[in-house]
Amino acid sequence: MTAPEMAPETVVDFSDHRGIWVYVQHRGGEAAPVAWQLLGIGREMAQQIGVPVAGVVLGHQVRHLCDQAISYGADTVYYIDDPVLERYRTQPYAHGMASLIRKHKPEVVLYGSTIHGRDVAGAVATLVRTGLAADATQLSIEEAGHLLHASRPDFGGKLMSTILCKRNRPQMATCRPGVFSVPEADSSRTGKVIKEKLGLKEGDVLTQVVEFIPESHHVDLSNAEIIVSGGRGLGGPKAFDMLFDLADAVGGVVGASRAAVMAGWIPYQHQVGQTGQTVRPRIYIACGISGAIQHLVGMQDSDVIIAINSDADAPILKTADYAIVGDMFEIVPALVRKLREMRLEGVVSPTVDDGMSADEEEQASA
Amino acid sequence: MHAVVSIKQVPDTSEVRIDPRTNTMIRSGVPSIVNPEDVHAVEEAVRLKERFGGKVTVVTMGPTQAINALREAVSLGADVAILCADRGFAGADTLATSYVIWKAIQRVDREDPVDIMLCGRQALDGDTGQVPPGVATRLGWPQLTSVLKIDEIDFEERFVRVHRLVEGGREIVRSTLPAVITCTRELNAPRYATFPNMVRAARFQPQIWDKAALGIADDDPNIGLRGSPTIVSKVWAPAPRQRSGTTNIDGSDPDRAAAELAEVLSGLGLTRSTHVSPVTAVPASAAGGEL
Repeated sequence: MTAPEMAPETVVDFSDHRGIWVYVQHRGGEAAPVAWQLLGIGREMAQQIGVPVAGVVLGHQVRHLCDQAISYGADTVYYIDDPVLERYRTQPYAHGMASLIRKHKPEVVLYGSTIHGRDVAGAVATLVRTGLAADATQLSIEEAGHLLHASRPDFGGKLMSTILCKRNRPQMATCRPGVFSVPEADSSRTGKVIKEKLGLKEGDVLTQVVEFIPESHHVDLSNAEIIVSGGRGLGGPKAFDMLFDLADAVGGVVGASRAAVMAGWIPYQHQVGQTGQTVRPRIYIACGISGAIQHLVGMQDSDVIIAINSDADAPILKTADYAIVGDMFEIVPALVRKLREMRLEGVVSPTVDDGMSADEEEQASA
Repeated sequence: MHAVVSIKQVPDTSEVRIDPRTNTMIRSGVPSIVNPEDVHAVEEAVRLKERFGGKVTVVTMGPTQAINALREAVSLGADVAILCADRGFAGADTLATSYVIWKAIQRVDREDPVDIMLCGRQALDGDTGQVPPGVATRLGWPQLTSVLKIDEIDFEERFVRVHRLVEGGREIVRSTLPAVITCTRELNAPRYATFPNMVRAARFQPQIWDKAALGIADDDPNIGLRGSPTIVSKVWAPAPRQRSGTTNIDGSDPDRAAAELAEVLSGLGLTRSTHVSPVTAVPASAAGGEL
C-alpha cells in the first residue's frame, strides 16, 4: 500500500467550512455515551455561532444510530453504511471520516477521547492535515472567527492548557468522556440523513479483527450514578473491602484516588481524577481522600459530594456538600449496617412490599 | 528482522511543581526521563531481535540532550540510534513531529527495510498519543494502538496478531507487516541494562540527522512552528470549585453520624431501584437533604 494522498497545506479562507460535527463512536451498533455528551456541547456551541450540528455515523446497518443522533440534537447526520465498516478498524474508518470532511467541510469535529476516538482522530488529523487537541475537558467557541478553545489537562494534570487551531480547518479535538452532560433525547426531532459511499474495498484493508473479548470486571466509572471512592487514608488494600460493601449497599461502584492506585491497592481502572477518569455521578462519597487538585478537578461536578475524613483541614471537605470529620473505619461499616436495616424496613425502597428484592423488582418492571 | 522504535524524552511529571504565584511550571531541577511506555517499546523490540535475529534502530526528535534518551535505549539493547535535530524543527506540535519522524523512518527503511515500528502509547507530559497514528498514516502502514500482547508474529509470512486494549475489553487483531504498534505497560517488564551495555551506551554516538539528512527542504511548510496547526494559547493551574453551604456532620459518634448520613442518602434517592421506585415515600424531613 502506498501512502495516502494528503490535502495541500495552504488554506486561508475558511468561509466554505461550516458546522460542528460529532463522531458517533459505537461498537456493534451501540453508541458510546460520549457521542451524545458531545452532541450536547456541540449543539450549544453551534447555536451560539448560528451553524448546524451534525453527527457522523460509520458502520454497517446502523441506521438507528442516525435517528438517535437526531434525537440527541443533530440537525444532520452523515452516514456511511458499508460491510467493510462492520467492526471498527483505523484504516477504513479514518478513510471514511477524511473523505466526508473533504467533501462537506465542517469547521469543528469532536471525538471522544476514548481509545477508539483517539485512534481514529489521530489518523484523520494527519489525512486532512489539521490540528487535533487531545483529551479536552473544556470547550468553548468564539463568535468572531468561530475559533474553538479546547482546554485540557497537561503534565499529569498539574496544569491546564488551552489549544487553538487558527490556520487549519476543521478544528478537531478529542474530548474526555463524562465531562459534558448527555442532553435530553427528543424522539420527535427531525433531521436530515446524508448517505455517502466509503470508496474502499475489503481487499484494500490491511487488518482484520479476529475477536473481541469483553472484560468481566469492567468498571464503568464515567456512567456510574453513585461512586464510593477511597484514598491514601485507607492505609492499604484491605480497607477497600468496606468500600465495596458500601458501594454494594448504595448500588454504586468503587473509585479511588491516584495515591491509592499508585500504591497498588486497587487497579488503575478505578482511578478518578485528571489522570484517571472524570466523573459526575449523582452522589460521590469520598473516604480518606485528602483532595489533591488532580482528584478534585476530576469529580467536582458530581451533584452531591459527601466526604469523610479524619483530618479537619483536608481540602476535600471544602468541596463537599456534606463533610464528616471522623473515623471512617467506624463510620463506613456503621453506615453499611444502617442502610441494610433501612432497606429491610422498606424505608429506602418503600414500594417493595411483596418480599421482592430491589434487583428483582427492577427486572420485573423492565 | 529490523525493528524501529521511536521514543521521546520527557520531564518526569511526578517531579513537576507549579509556582502558585505565577501559575507556571517550575522546570528547573526536574529530571528528564525516557517516556515510560517507550521503554516498553524498546524492550519489545529487543525481545524480537533476540528471538528472530536482526537489529533495533531507535529514533527521536529533540534537542541535543535527547541523546541521553537514545543512550538509555542503547543500554537496553538498541543497535542504532538516530537523533533528528534541527533548529527548523523547534516548536513542533504532534502533526509536525510526526512529519519529521516519518521522514526519518523513510530513510531508515530505504537503507535497511523496516519490518515493524514500535512506540509508547502516549507520552507522560502531553498524553496525546497522536504521533504514532500520524507516522503510521503517513507511512501507509496499519496502526495497532494500545497493544497488550503480541500473540503471534511471522516475518516470513509478514503478519502480526496482537491483543489490543479497547473500551470494555480487549480485541484480537491481525495485521500485515510492516505495522506500527503502540505499547502499553502490560506488554512486558523492561529489563535492567547490563554492565557491558551501559559501558557501550555511555560512549555511544548517535547519528544526528538534520533537515538536509532527512531530505527536508529549507522552506518545507510541514516542520516546526509553521507546520504546527495547534498552538497553546493559555496555561493555568486548575483551581477546585468550592461549594457554599457545606453541611457539617459531627463524626465523633460513628453510629449517630452513620444514621444521619443514611438519612441524607435516602433523601437523595438511593439504592439500585432508584429509577424504579422514586423517593416520594421517603420521610419528608429527609427529602431535601436538610439536616
